[in-house]
Amino acid sequence: MHNLLPLFIGIPLGAVFLGLIIAKLWRGVGDLFAFLGTLSLTAFSFCLLGHPPFIYKMGGWIPPVGINLVSDGLSTFMLIVINTVAFLAICFSLKYMELYTAKPKYYALFMLMLAGMNGVALTGDMFNLFVFLEIASIASYALVAFGCEHEELEASFKYIILGGAASAFILLGVAILYSITGTLNMADMAQIFSSGKINKAALFALAFFTMGFGVKGALVPFHAWLPDAHPSAPAPISAMLSGVLIKVLGIYALTRIIFNVFGFTPTLGTILMALGGLSMVMGALLAIGQDDLKRLLAYSTISQIGYIVLGLGLGTPLGIMGGLFHLLNHATFKSLLFMSSGAIEYSTGTRKLSQMGGLNKRLPVTTATSTVGFLSVSGIPPFNGFFSKLIVIIACVEAHQYIYAGVAVFVGLFTLLYFMRVQRNLLFGDLPETLKGIKEVPFLMCLSLVILTLLCLGLSFLYPLMSKTILASARDALLDTSAYIKLVLGG
Amino acid sequence: MTLIVKTVVRIVSAFIVLYGIYIILYGHLTPGGGFPGGVIVAAAFILIMLAYGKEIALKRFGDRSASLLDNFGALGFLVIALLGLTGGYFFFNFINKGQPFRLVSAGTMPLSNIAIGIKVLACLYAVFVALAIFGRAVHRVERGDLKGGEER
Amino acid sequence: MIVYLLTLFLFVMGIYCLVAKKNIVKKVIGIVIMDYAVNLFLVLVGYRREGVAPILLKGMDRAKFATQSVDPLPQALVLTSIVIGLGVLALMVALCIRLYEKYKTFDMSEIRRLRG
Repeated sequence: MHNLLPLFIGIPLGAVFLGLIIAKLWRGVGDLFAFLGTLSLTAFSFCLLGHPPFIYKMGGWIPPVGINLVSDGLSTFMLIVINTVAFLAICFSLKYMELYTAKPKYYALFMLMLAGMNGVALTGDMFNLFVFLEIASIASYALVAFGCEHEELEASFKYIILGGAASAFILLGVAILYSITGTLNMADMAQIFSSGKINKAALFALAFFTMGFGVKGALVPFHAWLPDAHPSAPAPISAMLSGVLIKVLGIYALTRIIFNVFGFTPTLGTILMALGGLSMVMGALLAIGQDDLKRLLAYSTISQIGYIVLGLGLGTPLGIMGGLFHLLNHATFKSLLFMSSGAIEYSTGTRKLSQMGGLNKRLPVTTATSTVGFLSVSGIPPFNGFFSKLIVIIACVEAHQYIYAGVAVFVGLFTLLYFMRVQRNLLFGDLPETLKGIKEVPFLMCLSLVILTLLCLGLSFLYPLMSKTILASARDALLDTSAYIKLVLGG
Repeated sequence: MTLIVKTVVRIVSAFIVLYGIYIILYGHLTPGGGFPGGVIVAAAFILIMLAYGKEIALKRFGDRSASLLDNFGALGFLVIALLGLTGGYFFFNFINKGQPFRLVSAGTMPLSNIAIGIKVLACLYAVFVALAIFGRAVHRVERGDLKGGEER
Repeated sequence: MIVYLLTLFLFVMGIYCLVAKKNIVKKVIGIVIMDYAVNLFLVLVGYRREGVAPILLKGMDRAKFATQSVDPLPQALVLTSIVIGLGVLALMVALCIRLYEKYKTFDMSEIRRLRG
């Protein structure tokens, strides 16, 4: 159990390099390694459930001198989300990526991105966080441009420029924090900041972090790359990007730093809530007039990320619980929606809503799963979206933030509006002449869609159990900084 | 390139490679290590490509072998890190550390430097080759040799 | 102090180059300038007045060396950061070449098929 943690980074990296070597002889090795790798990582991440928190000292060096990997409630939660969505995306891409050439390189980049995300979720060292962040980001820049068409290259260029600038800001923040505290270990920094007043330069570093991680996590006003990048990527990559990457690289890193390193104060909470509220409104308003299905889903991602950040910014236990539950739910239903849009594109060959309609006659499984996805994201009971949005709204009311609660309800109704319009036009209605001959998607793609649908339904029933186990330990890991310090430095 | 450049490159490039290998091997004693040493050796190969043209350079060290060497270097680094698990921790320095200030000392550090050096030299050379032969696939498509989108 | 301000001025120059120029290669150069400015800042953080280089030679007293040398940790961080910058630069340049092949221009205001 103890040695399991470095395997989260070691297995994907091994799959990358070994896969690229053997791919010169046999092309199918990429599929095999990716499937087995993600399956084993999902199994390992579920093994970590319920285990008491522990740290892993890399190379035997004790903290604060060495780099350590921390497995507490929040890291375990993020690892489960990342690896499960990655496994389902690999199942989907076994068939979907036949549309593209250079499949072994796709698997190599995917596993590299997975290694980076696992590293970000696990690490307890500030510069190590930056290095893994960069690994995951660079792999995702290349994956967005994978198809090498006009629009994909343009979208990837915008993404890489904004992402590169954000990384420079993050590194500047790390440099300023190092110059103040003299250490790079997050727990050591937390100890220095918790005893005594915070140096003004640390607030400067916090502003840089908000900008840098805000770009990575697509918070408004740093969201400009997302509506171009997520539609242009291949469908399983869009599912990974929207479902996990922006959450791990942006939201997880920012909340880990704000809650555990700096210590949560009401001012920081107000900033997070303002960013979240702005994201919710802008995402919903911009999503209404979209013609392209995946661009609509990308704007809806911006809106839902706003819910998560609003919940986390409240700082109350119920708010954080709501934010984390919405993070889990959004990972499931947004990846479901992107994968079903990929399935629709695989069958019909187009993404424009105005050219499609009445797909339920020809694609039964895809229609059923997309309907579940649309209902979940709009917040209809009994699917999981309803419960997490409800918890966030109740938490807002409880913390006397009535304006934000009202905005959240309003945005929820808006989401319902545009998704119902999309569902009615896309899935029901008349089938156009050009699409009469389309067939259902292959079995492996259906499998991923069906598993995610079952998760969408099952998570709402599992919520009472989860709120006492996984989500509770994740919330306590965020709220209780002294436990984090004691875990890393005291042990 | 002119005769002067070609003659000088022919003489000097071997010394540049030697210097790069020195920087890689002595990485645990003097400044340098895997990455700068790898860059220097890659620079020697790129110099050959600039002076003599890409056909001759690619015959010596082609893009396929560069990418293969790249992966082997990275795999070597990962294997060294995983072998540290025998000592109890990932990345643990499990070889006997010897006496300081000697070439064979400091456990796994020289081995990691060599693995990283191989990776970096192959990787930088492969990047340069990829940018240099980029037009080739496009022109072959236009000439009709290669179907569009086919992997080289 | 003035040294840090000059480094941050270089960073701002990188941002200016990124924002104000239309040619995508110049934008790439802007990002590179930003990266190098941050690396420079990180190395300067470790400076100690009248310090020696952090290379331990044979016959040096360890304790005295530890009090006299500059901080070697930012130098290791910068080495990693330069490699990361190199990787991003290689990817950006490859994207520029492919964009030129598809759109036949380097001008960002003409590479605008995605809008709305």
